[in-house]
Amino acid sequence: MKNIWIVATNTFREAVRDRVLYNLVFFALLMMAAAIVVGQISIGIEQTVIVSLGLAAISLIGLFIAVFIGVGLVSKEMDKRTLYALLAKPVKRWEFLLGKYAGLVMTLTVNTGAMAVGLYAALWSVKQPLVGSDAYVFVAVYLILLKLALIVALAMLFSCFTTPFLAILFTAGVYVAGVFAYDLRTIQALNLSPATVKMVRGISYLLPNFQNFNVTGAVAHARGVPGALVLHVTFYTLVYCALVLTGASAVFSRRNLK
Amino acid sequence: MPGAAIEIENLSKEYPYGFLNLKKKVSLENLSMRVEAGEVFGFLGPNGAGKSTTIKLLMRLIFPTSGTARILGKSIEDVSTHQSIGYLPEQPYFYDYLTAAELLDYFARFHRLTTDDRRERVQRMLKKVGLETAKSIQLRKYSKGMLQRVGMAQAILHEPEVVVLDEPMSGLDPLGRREVRDIILALKREGRTVLFSTHILSDAEMLCDRVGVIVGGKLRGVGTPGEMVGIQTQGMEILFEVPGAAKKFALMDRATRTGERYRVQVSEGQLYEALDELKGAGARILSVAQIKPTLEDFFMDLVEADRAQASAVEVSGK
Amino acid sequence: MTGRIIGGLVLTTVLVVGLAAVWALQKRIDTEQGQLRLEQDDLLMRSGSTVKKLSLEYAPLMGAIYWTRAVQYYGEKHRLQKRGLDLLWPLLDIATTLDPNLVVAYRFGSMFLSDAPPRGAGRPDLAVKLLERGIQANPDDWQLYQDLGNVYYFDAKDYPKAAAAFEEGSRNPRAKIWMKVLAAKIAGQGRSLDTSYFLWQQVHDTTTDELIRENAELHLRLLKVDLDLRALDQFLDEYEKQTGKRAKRMSEIVEAGLLKKIPTDSGGFPYVVGASGKAELNLNSPLLEEKLENPN
Repeated sequence: MKNIWIVATNTFREAVRDRVLYNLVFFALLMMAAAIVVGQISIGIEQTVIVSLGLAAISLIGLFIAVFIGVGLVSKEMDKRTLYALLAKPVKRWEFLLGKYAGLVMTLTVNTGAMAVGLYAALWSVKQPLVGSDAYVFVAVYLILLKLALIVALAMLFSCFTTPFLAILFTAGVYVAGVFAYDLRTIQALNLSPATVKMVRGISYLLPNFQNFNVTGAVAHARGVPGALVLHVTFYTLVYCALVLTGASAVFSRRNLK
Repeated sequence: MPGAAIEIENLSKEYPYGFLNLKKKVSLENLSMRVEAGEVFGFLGPNGAGKSTTIKLLMRLIFPTSGTARILGKSIEDVSTHQSIGYLPEQPYFYDYLTAAELLDYFARFHRLTTDDRRERVQRMLKKVGLETAKSIQLRKYSKGMLQRVGMAQAILHEPEVVVLDEPMSGLDPLGRREVRDIILALKREGRTVLFSTHILSDAEMLCDRVGVIVGGKLRGVGTPGEMVGIQTQGMEILFEVPGAAKKFALMDRATRTGERYRVQVSEGQLYEALDELKGAGARILSVAQIKPTLEDFFMDLVEADRAQASAVEVSGK
Repeated sequence: MTGRIIGGLVLTTVLVVGLAAVWALQKRIDTEQGQLRLEQDDLLMRSGSTVKKLSLEYAPLMGAIYWTRAVQYYGEKHRLQKRGLDLLWPLLDIATTLDPNLVVAYRFGSMFLSDAPPRGAGRPDLAVKLLERGIQANPDDWQLYQDLGNVYYFDAKDYPKAAAAFEEGSRNPRAKIWMKVLAAKIAGQGRSLDTSYFLWQQVHDTTTDELIRENAELHLRLLKVDLDLRALDQFLDEYEKQTGKRAKRMSEIVEAGLLKKIPTDSGGFPYVVGASGKAELNLNSPLLEEKLENPN
């Protein structure tokens, strides 16, 4: 357990020293500013526009970080062989893996947290006073963070057994499939046999349903998000990440390094 | 068995390649070997012979196709053995965003030292490998030699019983090589076991209690450097000068000539006869030395034999 | 070796248990998100042409997705019977702009756009617009003319146009023969119960879409009631002619030998004689409620 923490804090330190992340966060804050401007133009729905655009920016930036850095967590260490000396220490491979994962999730938490504060500030600049229901913005960001945690897990899984390029491709592919998983469930079969439809529906349940994490519509209109949903999605993320990381650990534990 | 720091039994490693991974490249074939506690063991072989493969197998960076190994009595599958092992990888590369001090501190954490202990050891190690002044510079700015020194530091920081070094001298200037040699000798004095791989034979001759020679994935022989080459000398070599246009004599014909100097080999028994002949011919004797075969000769013979066998195999089509 | 096998078994068990948990959680989350989505009517981009440009060469795929969303939207709204179906038209508009050959979208869309609330959006004008686009892109599809005729007949109540639509569609050699016959009948008589029943029967028998069939069945049930009542009224009139007074109960008609037994509606509830002396639905019959909800 302690080993995981050691690796995690070092991964976090690496992220802090990586200038790329600062650029991305700066970009996100820029988007908030743009959202404010756009909001000024569309009278009456400033809140909707700012929240929608802001959440979209946080989600997108987070997605990039999760996929690209997530894939690099393991593959960079394997390529550059920094892993060699580390694995010679009394550290198990799965401890290393989970440590890297935890480190990136910590980084993402700080990043999205900062961007959420920025968004809240942007909201405050156009709407005073802020009411309690505006705090739901943070709930939406929390759900986005859960989504990113799942994507990082997937990125790590793929990077454990393919090249970085393919890992990015697969992760992106699973993401797109997952976004449309709900639609797949209610597919109006045109030329497919009932058996195929049933199979597609079954698969749609097992894919990571990324629409689960989306409450932008409700929050943009200052409507609340039920606690039960947040709870269930949290469990969902925990279970799914556990599955994916278990798979990644199993693969990585038997992998021959170059 | 008591006394063995490292025991390797029938360790083999194959790499599948080619179409559908049907072909197999044999990197290591049935290696069996022991390294006794407290000795300095040199692992010799040309590039691609399997030295690095063996070491990586020991450190669980790659997994054997068959065979087992034990370090300090415990199977290599047990990660806890790493508490007492130090490892320096070949051409080491470390996190370039960390400083040397930070890297050593990071690695030291896995060994569960107390904070004070850790701090003290990091400082001591940096001093030992001569990186004290550079300790706060990020590793991305380090030269190859400096990285090698950091690598050595992280390998011995936790005072391991067994130290495994993969090509520790590579990329170092003579001063650096001397420092590494000194460290290895110091480790030996402290009673630690050192296994290192190298293709620089003179280092092996100088440092090792025993050497193991590996060529083409197979272990060709293990023993003291002396045992490996045989203690018999191959004769005597006489270096002499013949001034002016003296008349030729038999020995002169046998000798190799560089300018006015001649070099000739004779067996031990024939030594005094040869000296008399030279004296009679008026030659000036410059030196008389024993010809000892070096590890190099032994080595080269092995490599040649291996290559001949390989081409024979090719020709016969097996 | 055994260690490897045990490890494999443990992993498989973890995987199976985990996926089962994922499945169960997903079902819950679906319901909760469904509720949430219901309250958020949002379609950020309403311009079909813009979406088409953004879709690059994936326009037909995006069309299918929007079409699927339209069906989901209808299903959720219809099932939970909340508010209006305001987004149905924009979704169908975008779907058919992205893929003009999505015939199923035209057929589905026209029915549920034109049908009166609560079954549909109650916008026959939009249904006509949708179908005209569909016909232009798929001139060979005679069923679109059938749908157009239905819209004019049932919801727009424009009988000349309905007849014209059926007539136009009947010109297609693949069209069913009844199209031509009905074109003439509607041109001559306008609306009638038999025609209505027939048209819905055609829809019911030929559709592969579950929602459409359900809707057709509903209409047929209600029309059947009307047909039954009309027939029963004839018997009541005959009874009055024979006995000189208006029957008070259905059993009297049976006793008079005009009917073999008391007639029941499709739910098994016997028809009754109302206070006005005309045949009516049994008060206990669920069809009564259905009739009240769907006055058309």
